Amino acid sequence: MPLFAGTAFIALIAMCVAVPIGLFSGIYLAEYASTKVRKYSKPIIEILAGIPTVVYGFFAALTVGPFFRTLGESLGLTVSSESALAAGLIMGVMIIPYISSLSDDVINSVPQSLREGSYAIGATKSETIKKVVIPAALPGIIGSILLAVSRAIGETMIVVMAAGLAANLTINPLESTTTITTQIVMILVGDQEFDSPKTQAAFALGLTLFIATLILNYIALRVVKKYREKYD
Amino acid sequence: MTKEQRLKKRYRAEKRFKMYGLISVSLAVIFVLILVQNIFSKGSSAFSRTMIEVAVNYDSSLLELEGPINQNSLKDADFYDLAVESLLKIYPAKDSKEERQILRLFSPDYEFEIKDFLIKNPNKIDQIVPVKITASDDIDQLNKGNFPRDLPEDRRRVSNYQLNIYDNLIEKEKIDKKFNNYLFTKGDSRDPELAGIGGSLMGSFFTIIICLILSFPIAIMASIYLEEFAPKNKITDFIEININNLAAVPSIVYGLLGLGILLSVMEFPRSTPLVAGITLSLMTLPRIIIPCRASLKAVPPSIREAALSVGASKFQTVFHHVVPLAMPGTLSGTIIGLAQALGETAPLILIGMVAFVVDIPSSPVDPSASLPVQVYLWSEQAERGFVEKTSATIMMLLGFLIVMNFIAVYLRQKFEKKWN
Amino acid sequence: MELNNSKIKIKAKNLNVYYGKKQALFDINLDINQKEVTALIGPSGCGKSTFIRCINRMNDVIDICKVEGSVEIDGAEINEKNVDVVTLREKVGMVFQKPNPFPKSIYDNIAYGPIIHGAAENKDQMDNIVETSLKKAALWDEVKDRLNEPGTSLSGGQQQRLCIARALSVNPEVILMDEPCSALDPIATAKIEELIDDLKKSYTIVIVTHSMAQAVRVSQKTGFFHLGKIIEVDSTEKIFKNPANKMTQDYITGRFG
Repeated sequence: MPLFAGTAFIALIAMCVAVPIGLFSGIYLAEYASTKVRKYSKPIIEILAGIPTVVYGFFAALTVGPFFRTLGESLGLTVSSESALAAGLIMGVMIIPYISSLSDDVINSVPQSLREGSYAIGATKSETIKKVVIPAALPGIIGSILLAVSRAIGETMIVVMAAGLAANLTINPLESTTTITTQIVMILVGDQEFDSPKTQAAFALGLTLFIATLILNYIALRVVKKYREKYD
Repeated sequence: MTKEQRLKKRYRAEKRFKMYGLISVSLAVIFVLILVQNIFSKGSSAFSRTMIEVAVNYDSSLLELEGPINQNSLKDADFYDLAVESLLKIYPAKDSKEERQILRLFSPDYEFEIKDFLIKNPNKIDQIVPVKITASDDIDQLNKGNFPRDLPEDRRRVSNYQLNIYDNLIEKEKIDKKFNNYLFTKGDSRDPELAGIGGSLMGSFFTIIICLILSFPIAIMASIYLEEFAPKNKITDFIEININNLAAVPSIVYGLLGLGILLSVMEFPRSTPLVAGITLSLMTLPRIIIPCRASLKAVPPSIREAALSVGASKFQTVFHHVVPLAMPGTLSGTIIGLAQALGETAPLILIGMVAFVVDIPSSPVDPSASLPVQVYLWSEQAERGFVEKTSATIMMLLGFLIVMNFIAVYLRQKFEKKWN
Repeated sequence: MELNNSKIKIKAKNLNVYYGKKQALFDINLDINQKEVTALIGPSGCGKSTFIRCINRMNDVIDICKVEGSVEIDGAEINEKNVDVVTLREKVGMVFQKPNPFPKSIYDNIAYGPIIHGAAENKDQMDNIVETSLKKAALWDEVKDRLNEPGTSLSGGQQQRLCIARALSVNPEVILMDEPCSALDPIATAKIEELIDDLKKSYTIVIVTHSMAQAVRVSQKTGFFHLGKIIEVDSTEKIFKNPANKMTQDYITGRFG
């Protein structure tokens, strides 16, 4: 149980970072940015998706974690250097491009005629985006967020390296928590016998993870596909 | 509220909204910059290594050589006494404790470095020659400015006595930095100054090659079949949905698969690039099939019709016309898939690539590490020296990924030009 | 021509429009009278749509589009920097070629404009605006029982009337129509034409059309565009019965275009 809570908790922190930044980036790139800004900033943001997760883990464990600890100390808080906050935050950064690229795509596929209809009755650009474009693109955006959640749940290295191993049932983001993926790694690193109960537990966890992400992906892909058909 | 006030308010909302977008994009870009800057500033020092110049007295009597002096006899000789004798001369020591501290200024490999020098220059025997010897990690970090000197002695890794020697050596200009070739030629080590990514480079290389050999043909064939030959029915629909799903399954699940099937059922050797390559190719397959199919789909039907109309068979049409045209797209998809595989860590940890391997693997069935796993392993180490090594490894890894992605983008752009 | 209607509402002077390097409109001078229907005809790609998009500055939306020259509405220049496009577009409504209802309910489609402009203070007023707009667009009777259904569930002709109602909801003075019937069947077209006839009592209407029969049926004044230039403008009667220009003659008799 603490495992699932930890997984959900870290994924939640990650989404808190990634959804606003990713979504607003997607909107900005699709609606406001000049072709030049778009040409350069889109690949730069997508670099974030190409960086191996172990690199994020290293960064989270060595730079972000200690930074939070010193910050916490100066504020009079006890912050474990392996905190859920650091792991979630970095995971969120990793996920930004998944959300921004996909929502950029779906926003672009909203027909221009809808925007013109809105401008023509005197809406400003942001009103058009908020009240017409985003509602129209909503299924696609939700699909992209679901895919991102499934990424966050399946993410291993960042959590292994930055969030610690103690299975705490906690909602304090400053303590360390652990996730399903971390637990699998912890059980299977080292030379166990293949048929020990511990190993089997790891396989059971893996199966749970597989099914959970499969369901999420299935729903997400269905939603996105349906959305595409609507405007094709 | 008057009309003007309302309008003003609406424009303020407009500006605010635009600002949020701009801030988000800038934040994302800043994250990239911070990350890269952080890694580079930590890692760049790993490319140099601190050397201490020592006057070594190659006194043949200390080597206890039997018979004539030649390469073979030198290789078998024990250089320990000779080395220690010369090293201790760099600074006066009162007792054995201080002598130990002097020796700890050097990397534990000093004996072999002194030996290798003589083997390369056999004519120097019975002479006193200045030899540059790799400094220990603590001195290395001190020299690179990573250890603060003003801490009290018990919180420092370098004692006052060693600091005195260090300052003395600096004055005599005996301390020097040179390019760290060990980083690329050596395998893993417990000592940061001797650890290199040679082993994991080879490991990654073998892994990727195996992954390429396995996944590329299968992916190409599968996508050609699905796109060109397969009937459109429920089964192919089902397969299509599943391929898309599999591409998004967490990599650690593939690690479990590799562990469960390849290692425990088929009993392949643990920790080897062979198993890693097979596991990663399972993971990469769907990720390659998707872009392959997309690029096959992008070939206009008119090409197929043209070929069919001059009497080519379906098979000839596909393999003479469609596949060559789709090639750049499929290649770029494959490269991106392999780049992802190269950066993958979690499944490799599960199949035992975390073993401590000093030797550089010479074949895919030798135990080895890979670049990302090396990053993981070193990041768990306490020594300061490993931090820069890890960062340097990441720099190498990112370098490879950037090159691969550039090739992929180049190929894709070339391909896209054709149809537009 | 009726004399009481001859007050000029919109005046375009020396209007040039460029898409990137390509010039789309050359030196357009055109006056549009108040409370009557002006039809713009001409072969495709001749700049009719580009021209009406200058009247509510919809061309601002297109990055590469550059507008030079002047357009005056009631004597006030609209192409100046300090002119507020939002207020302008509130005054100059537009109906597009393809019906483009928002993916919202019928009610919300109409309510959208009044909400953003803050035209209604409470729900009753809003209900009222929605009802009058739909009535003006002759759609009320058909949809009054299903205001909460999505606008996209209506038929093509109904959707187009919904879009007209949407344009009317903010009380514009001018309505621009860009081939409003080209995507509709003849029955729906007839309904829209009837509606246009009705609307001209209270609004100034500019309609772009491909169908010369439609221009004859609905408009009082017609302008003929060709290759980005205005060839001839006159009362509809004159243009179709006795055009001054040879090219106009050729076009309306179907010899090209």
